[in-house]
Amino acid sequence: MVEIKDLYKSFNSNTVLDGVSFNVTEAENMIVFGRSGTGKSVLLKCMIRLLEPDAGTVFIEGKDVLKLDLKELNELRKDIGFLFQGAALYDSMSVRENLEFPLIRNFNLDKKEIDKRVHFVLEAVSLLEAIDKMPSELSGGMKKRIGLARSIITKPKLMLYDEPTTGLDPITAKEISALITDLQHALKMTSIVVTHDLLCAKIIADRAIILDEGKIVKEGSINDLTTSNDPLLKNFFSDEIIETNGSVK
Amino acid sequence: MLGGLSTFSVRFVKEVFLPPYEVEQIRKHMIELGMKTLPIVGVTGFIIGLVIAMQLSPVLKRFGAEAFLPGSVGISIVRELGPVICALIFAGRVSSGIGAELGSMRVTEQIDAMEVSGVNPFRYLVVTRIFATTFILPILTVYVIFISLIGAYIAVVLVQNMTWAYYIDRVIFAVEFGDAIPGVSKTFVFGFIVGLVGCYKGYTAENGTEGVGKASTSAVVVSSLLILIFDMILVKLTLWIWPTVK
Repeated sequence: MVEIKDLYKSFNSNTVLDGVSFNVTEAENMIVFGRSGTGKSVLLKCMIRLLEPDAGTVFIEGKDVLKLDLKELNELRKDIGFLFQGAALYDSMSVRENLEFPLIRNFNLDKKEIDKRVHFVLEAVSLLEAIDKMPSELSGGMKKRIGLARSIITKPKLMLYDEPTTGLDPITAKEISALITDLQHALKMTSIVVTHDLLCAKIIADRAIILDEGKIVKEGSINDLTTSNDPLLKNFFSDEIIETNGSVK
Repeated sequence: MLGGLSTFSVRFVKEVFLPPYEVEQIRKHMIELGMKTLPIVGVTGFIIGLVIAMQLSPVLKRFGAEAFLPGSVGISIVRELGPVICALIFAGRVSSGIGAELGSMRVTEQIDAMEVSGVNPFRYLVVTRIFATTFILPILTVYVIFISLIGAYIAVVLVQNMTWAYYIDRVIFAVEFGDAIPGVSKTFVFGFIVGLVGCYKGYTAENGTEGVGKASTSAVVVSSLLILIFDMILVKLTLWIWPTVK
């Protein structure tokens, strides 16, 4: 489904991605772990060319993403959902308009079908009552849920999550993680989740990679990584447990 | 920055002719920007007309040319003051607004979200706004010219016993086609500048809320400066095309 090989990205003299390579198979949930500033979000953005990588290849559904022209890229993007760290809801639009936006712009659907999908995704994230609210009236957790609803409304084959639980309290973070897993199973999507929240990773992940200083340093199941005696991993996960503020028991 | 603005305008020209045509968005922006600016440009235009007539009256009296007051006020307003004052107020009101709005969308990743969903944000956000500012400013300018002439009439009435019909007749007699057309035409360029600079500053904003503030402020400064520079060029050009003295 996703194949990344030797991906490089620098900002001036600062190398953020230093030869990143990994594969994600269909319907798999892959977690990308790493401390803040290790290039996790840059990796996601390079995958869909919100940022242009300096070198490397990215294949999604067999298409060489870096060689697509804008029209082909936009076609491919219709099959990809992206949940941004701050949800990135359009301020000037209501929740309903936010959800309708990608459908109206990209898909030739009638009003009835659009309404049906809007109601379906809002029920999936348990926020049907917020349909006519503006983003400024929503809490952080609600924004994340609506952002998630907007990402899945186009029925994407691949979902990219950028820190889905950052800035949320442990209970809401756990709810969002569980919601991601439920939707994952229901819609059978492939997912790549960038996070430094161990609890979120434990709930979601089939497999995880650890990114450090722009390189993948370890890869495996969450259990293998968290129980490993490797000093780097021990150090990393003990720090993560402190960072998640005691939410991992 | 000039390089960035040039690239941005080339991209605008490339994208403006490509479908889908965002007619509804353009209409929405034209109404919104026009209605927001209407009161402030109206008040400013009225005061400018009043003050210009008050200033010119004693000067013309000194040369025994009081009869030329409506004509000279009309020509000043139609050729220069109406278009430039309206454009500068519009830049202050609209360019900063667009810069802040798009800047905020940029730093909160809303523009990225639009791009990821397969929508071309440049066409949806930038082309529509530049198109709207380009075509709404000339309409506002005609309105400002009319309001300024009313302001000037009030000042004229205070010093001379003149009817509205006679005043307007004198203004129409003095203001020629070669005064009105270049005066209003150049506001298409000013409108384009306001939209272009506001969108460029907002669309390329970075560094969080600080970047949004900078985008908003510099949008006003740069667009005002460019309006004055282009006014200088366009005045020279229009005087060459429509000479005032034949």
